[in-house]
Amino acid sequence: MTNRQKEIRSTVMYIILVAVGVVMLFPVFWMFLACFKTNNEIFGSLKLLPSSWSFEAFAKGWQTTGTFTYTRYFSNTFLLVVPTVIFTIVSCSLVAYGFARFEFKSKNVLFMVLITTLMLPNSVIIIPRYALFNKLHWLDSYLTYWVPAIFACYPFFVFMMVQFLRGIPKDLDESAYMDGCTSFRCFVQILVPLLKPAIFSAALFQFLWTWNDFFNTNIYINSNSKFPMSLALRMSIDTTSSIQWNQIMAMGLVSILPLIILFFAGQRYFVEGIATTGMKN
Amino acid sequence: MRKNISIQHAVKRYGNSTVIHDLSLFVREGEFFTLLGPSGCGKTTLLRMIAGFNSIEGGDFFFNDTRINDMDPAKRNIGMVFQNYAIFPNLTVRKNIEFGLRNRKLPKEEVRAQAEKFMHLMHVDEYADRLPDRLSGGQQQRVALARALAITPDVLLMDEPLSNLDAKLRVEMRSVIKEIQNKVGITTVYVTHDQEEAMAVSDRIAVMNDGVIQHIGTPKNIYQRPANLFVATFIGRTNVLKGRLLAESGRTFIETHDGYRAEIRGVLSGYASDRDIVISVRPEEFRLKVDDGGDGISATIRDSVFLGLNTHYFVTLSTGEEAEIIQESSIDSIIEPGTRIRLTVNTEKVNIFSEDGSANLLAGVVNDNAMEA
Repeated sequence: MTNRQKEIRSTVMYIILVAVGVVMLFPVFWMFLACFKTNNEIFGSLKLLPSSWSFEAFAKGWQTTGTFTYTRYFSNTFLLVVPTVIFTIVSCSLVAYGFARFEFKSKNVLFMVLITTLMLPNSVIIIPRYALFNKLHWLDSYLTYWVPAIFACYPFFVFMMVQFLRGIPKDLDESAYMDGCTSFRCFVQILVPLLKPAIFSAALFQFLWTWNDFFNTNIYINSNSKFPMSLALRMSIDTTSSIQWNQIMAMGLVSILPLIILFFAGQRYFVEGIATTGMKN
Repeated sequence: MRKNISIQHAVKRYGNSTVIHDLSLFVREGEFFTLLGPSGCGKTTLLRMIAGFNSIEGGDFFFNDTRINDMDPAKRNIGMVFQNYAIFPNLTVRKNIEFGLRNRKLPKEEVRAQAEKFMHLMHVDEYADRLPDRLSGGQQQRVALARALAITPDVLLMDEPLSNLDAKLRVEMRSVIKEIQNKVGITTVYVTHDQEEAMAVSDRIAVMNDGVIQHIGTPKNIYQRPANLFVATFIGRTNVLKGRLLAESGRTFIETHDGYRAEIRGVLSGYASDRDIVISVRPEEFRLKVDDGGDGISATIRDSVFLGLNTHYFVTLSTGEEAEIIQESSIDSIIEPGTRIRLTVNTEKVNIFSEDGSANLLAGVVNDNAMEA
């Protein structure tokens, strides 16, 4: 292929990529601009740019027309998401360590069951789960998220970490045992630091999924005082008075900011390979 | 403290397959002992049984008088160097070496001093604060050795520690390993499939095949008087010729199938009778001359390789057997392929084996598995 052909090829590729990028980002961009428009301007004009730039929608949207402000909803979301992510990482990595490194009775059967649960759609298990949580009196509390996270009920993350751990040579564990480590210390001191890329990926996914989750929160959380962002935004639309779309857009935009920040802060771990530089294979 | 290792009637099974059958072995205090054999012969399995990473299905393992069969690996006080080094990639060189010492809850000053001592000994002190990914293969191997020795283990186990290094570094590192072992004086069990490496570093070598020890002895004895044909062919290069042993009026002769006959001394009395044998001749023990119709095995040069000091000739014998001959290179030109030659052998240095290759028929084989120094 000549240089000219290569140039044409990469130009075409970039045009396609930019076009796709624009299509993907346009709704966010439109939402951003809509924050500065009035309802009439949003629905009555085809102009992309607002006639005036005012941050009023952010201030008013944050205050809401209800009892609680978005300070409460943000706090609720963090209270729901952060422990869930921490519990998920701790429990799933421990379970993965068990599957990846130890031999025990029915290990293969149990792993198969774990993988099978991965295939079950959430909508299938929501009713038995609801019934169970109801019996346990956990409804309308964050226990509905925290407890499954404590018990590693996220087979995708367990599977991901098992695969990752299998890639770390067992010689490292054996070397640590020789040096007097227990299996738990070996996990904490040697394997967890090496598992960092997988842990960050799992944390990021779990944060993203829980933060954005509307389906489960809508079913399990009933009190306004406990609503996370997703329910709060939904509530803003349910209001009987006229809907202030610019405020909703503003809060929608604010609600995705933590995700964007987190993603850019942690994205290198998505692409970072396992740090086995002290190993020769 | 140095310890001896005694293994009595060891058995290792994986499911229904037995990979080590009734193996007994004695490694003396402070000895550099090598388990040598082809891939899959069970040498690493045996090493891991000593380390405690493989279960023991039968037999007893002792460090001095202490039975270690059911002892936790951490309690055996072993240092181990792995094939892939197994340095912790997330810790600096210093922290890698201090790792075992910290786990032993030694005072901080002692941990520091001990780590410094071994970093200095292994010449890695200048990399103390580097992470392993900033070290070369040889440096990583030095760190691995320093870490294994820092905990002052009773026994040092090494599982093919040089196999990931390039040829030049391998030669350099084996001298380092031998030197350090001499300095520290630790009982060492070393696993390798490289016979040259084994010969270079070991006090004694155990040659293994199919989970069975074929010969235990010094490198010299194993090379010069191998216990059987497997050992003869595995250690160094050798040519295997079929022939007969003839006993005539108190003297013994070897005779190849094309009629070449030479007297051989030292045949064990139990074998000194007419029988089919296998003759093992090292390439350097053939004497080669251009065919003048005289005594010797008739052969034709097939190919030759000039390697400076020596020239290797690949020949076809009149019996159809193939052989390799190493001759010191002479100032004259190399003998051309197609030249007919005559070969005689240095009978002092050949070995003769029973027809099935299971036993050396000559005196001088020392199968040294004695339980004392």
